[in-house]
Amino acid sequence: MKIMVAIKRVIDYAVKIRVKPDKSGVETNNVKMSMNPFCEIALEEALRIKESGLASEVIAVSMGPTQVVDTIRTGLAMGADRAIHVDYPGTLYPLSVAKILKALVEIEKPGLIFLGKQAIDDDCNQTGQMIAGLLKWPQGTFASKVVLDKEKQTAVVDREVDGGLETLCLDLPAVITADLRLNQPRYATLPNIMKAKSKVIKKLTPEDLKVEIKSDIEVVKVTEPPKRKAGVLVSSVDELIDKLKNEARVV
Amino acid sequence: MEKWRAADRLLKFSSRFASAVNWNNSCKSKQGKYFYSVATTVHRNPLFSSISPDDISYFKTILGERGVVQDALALDAANTDWMGKYRGSSKLLLQPKNTEEVSQILKYCNSRCLAVVPQGGNTGLVGGSVPVFDEVIINVGLMRNILSFDKVIVSGVLVCEAGCILENLISFLDDEGFIMPLDLGAKGSCQIGGNVSTNAGGLRLLRYGSLHGSVLGLEAVLANGTVLDMLGTLRKDNTGYDLKHLFIGSEGSLGIVTKVSILTPPKLSSVNIAFLACEDYTSCQKLLLEAKKKLGGILSAFEFLDSDAMSLVLKHLDGVRNPLPPSIHNFYILIETTGSNETFDKENLEAFLLHSVESGLVANGVLAQDINQASSFWHIREGLPEALMKAGAVYKYDLSLPLEKMYDLVEEMRVQIGPAAKVVAYGHLGDGNLHLNISAPAYDDNILAKIEPFVYEWTSKNRGSISAEHGLGLMKAAKIHYSKSPETVQVMASIKKLLDPNGILNPYKVLPSSLFSQN
Repeated sequence: MKIMVAIKRVIDYAVKIRVKPDKSGVETNNVKMSMNPFCEIALEEALRIKESGLASEVIAVSMGPTQVVDTIRTGLAMGADRAIHVDYPGTLYPLSVAKILKALVEIEKPGLIFLGKQAIDDDCNQTGQMIAGLLKWPQGTFASKVVLDKEKQTAVVDREVDGGLETLCLDLPAVITADLRLNQPRYATLPNIMKAKSKVIKKLTPEDLKVEIKSDIEVVKVTEPPKRKAGVLVSSVDELIDKLKNEARVV
Repeated sequence: MEKWRAADRLLKFSSRFASAVNWNNSCKSKQGKYFYSVATTVHRNPLFSSISPDDISYFKTILGERGVVQDALALDAANTDWMGKYRGSSKLLLQPKNTEEVSQILKYCNSRCLAVVPQGGNTGLVGGSVPVFDEVIINVGLMRNILSFDKVIVSGVLVCEAGCILENLISFLDDEGFIMPLDLGAKGSCQIGGNVSTNAGGLRLLRYGSLHGSVLGLEAVLANGTVLDMLGTLRKDNTGYDLKHLFIGSEGSLGIVTKVSILTPPKLSSVNIAFLACEDYTSCQKLLLEAKKKLGGILSAFEFLDSDAMSLVLKHLDGVRNPLPPSIHNFYILIETTGSNETFDKENLEAFLLHSVESGLVANGVLAQDINQASSFWHIREGLPEALMKAGAVYKYDLSLPLEKMYDLVEEMRVQIGPAAKVVAYGHLGDGNLHLNISAPAYDDNILAKIEPFVYEWTSKNRGSISAEHGLGLMKAAKIHYSKSPETVQVMASIKKLLDPNGILNPYKVLPSSLFSQN
């Protein structure tokens, strides 16, 4: 069984984000970019499944301009067997990503698609669910534990939900999106970095896959959240009640 | 920290000045045992006065009520060093808010012959920042304004007060696209005035040099209250003797630094870190030489730790995992490169590392793929002092040694000590600086006797420094002769007598007390 993992190149999680002066977006010039942390976790899980003998191959997929290849290389250095780069210069929103993935799935025919639950730049949390819908495959999102059964061709997924944990049993092929506590991703070791250099990255375009990219979404404006106001010291309980009633209007 | 407060310590030294010294801290709370030796004791200098109510009133008129602290809890913290190893019995902590107040305090203390201890973040490791007896503590922590930042010339120039915490300066500069030329594990607490007064080294000395190079100017207050304004921001100024160098590294014994003007390098975007495993020390040395050659321009840190250090960190530090599981290798090297071209630097580093693996210098290694991974590698190295504290008692030595000899000392020390304690080694290999730590379940003079004077004599024989970056403080006040000639030390004593005739600034520290006539 092949596992396909979708990975995204985003601004590094530890970077302090700055909004561009024209409010059209976030500053990405000269800013450190890395693999989306949830994608890393997804890839790690796929690698572990392969290492336990339940999958034959892990294919990393990423979409975007040429620079995305850096992130693909990280994926290969972690241990993915090969990769696909869908070259597209602009921004791809989740529905477009899902459509492209569907086209790739029809070519590669994986038994499992792994994604991060959301990307830390747009926080959409949509791609996994959309591809499951397009393919009409079962989905286990916000996975904190995944156990595969080769015989029964199922995946038992523990999901992190508001009320606690929900356990689902999915028939393969299925879509799983990774949440934080699924695993702790491995570091890229030098021997693996060396091996990665000879791994194949296949380049395709949306045209090759016969997917038309049209966006139904347009980003109008990006602004910083309002700065937190300083607290106020009150001198008595009466003053507190007065402020809660008349200023904050919560009483 | 409370656990490790041992009130007294027996330390016996053999010195060319022919005085074996131990000191006797008279603490108010009598924890710990008292050890006595037959040798002479460092006594409280009887020429120093004691605090009187009049003194307190006077200080209150200068500093206001809030600037004069006599609260027992606050004093307790200020009297004790970070390691909990040194403890004074000061009854007074002063917190000036500006240079003028510092000047007035010192002028008064000098006239009254009251001994003082300048204090900043109190993160020093040689007992230099806490009182020995009842010296008045002058803490500059409230003087924490950033005065100006100029990024017109190639590097930035930052002018700030001595009480600014290093990490805050780093954050401030980060927004401007610059960095501080020094970085150390204590950055969350240490203050720039203290960094300058101790000529702190740290993790980036390899790339940005020492504070003697990056400090452009400073303002200091002498013992008699005179304010020396040497706060230049010029890159080049050859007008007369460059006095600021006297204050950089003199550990508060010649004056209190109140303002600092420092060169700040631009923040380069491409930072890469590799965490490598080597089988033996020779490989580590060769790797360093190769790195300096192949990565010269972009190399920004080269640190090492041995297997005992790694085991200790994995055991005692939270949130740390072995980057190269499952085994513990003999040596680990952390290499950091900082440059302006991400792709080029990464390729360069990768090529260098792969070549090192192929040539057998490196057994295995990992390359950080994002900032989080990079931080976790640094956390291992920077967390060592903390891990050592948690492990029990620690005897710390900070030595500069010739590269090829460095690890010989560690191995010989292991033989000396035997099973009684663990010898842990790490340090700034790129600077030839070894941090030798002996970790024991508890402080034990038998263990200490095996360490000293062996470690100092070994270092001296190999023409090393008995204090690469930590300074002399109280711990090594009588040891300077291991690394400096008697004539040199005499000139130092003359300078001290010139600038501080009453010897009120940080007494009993840095230079041997025997140089200053006391009974």
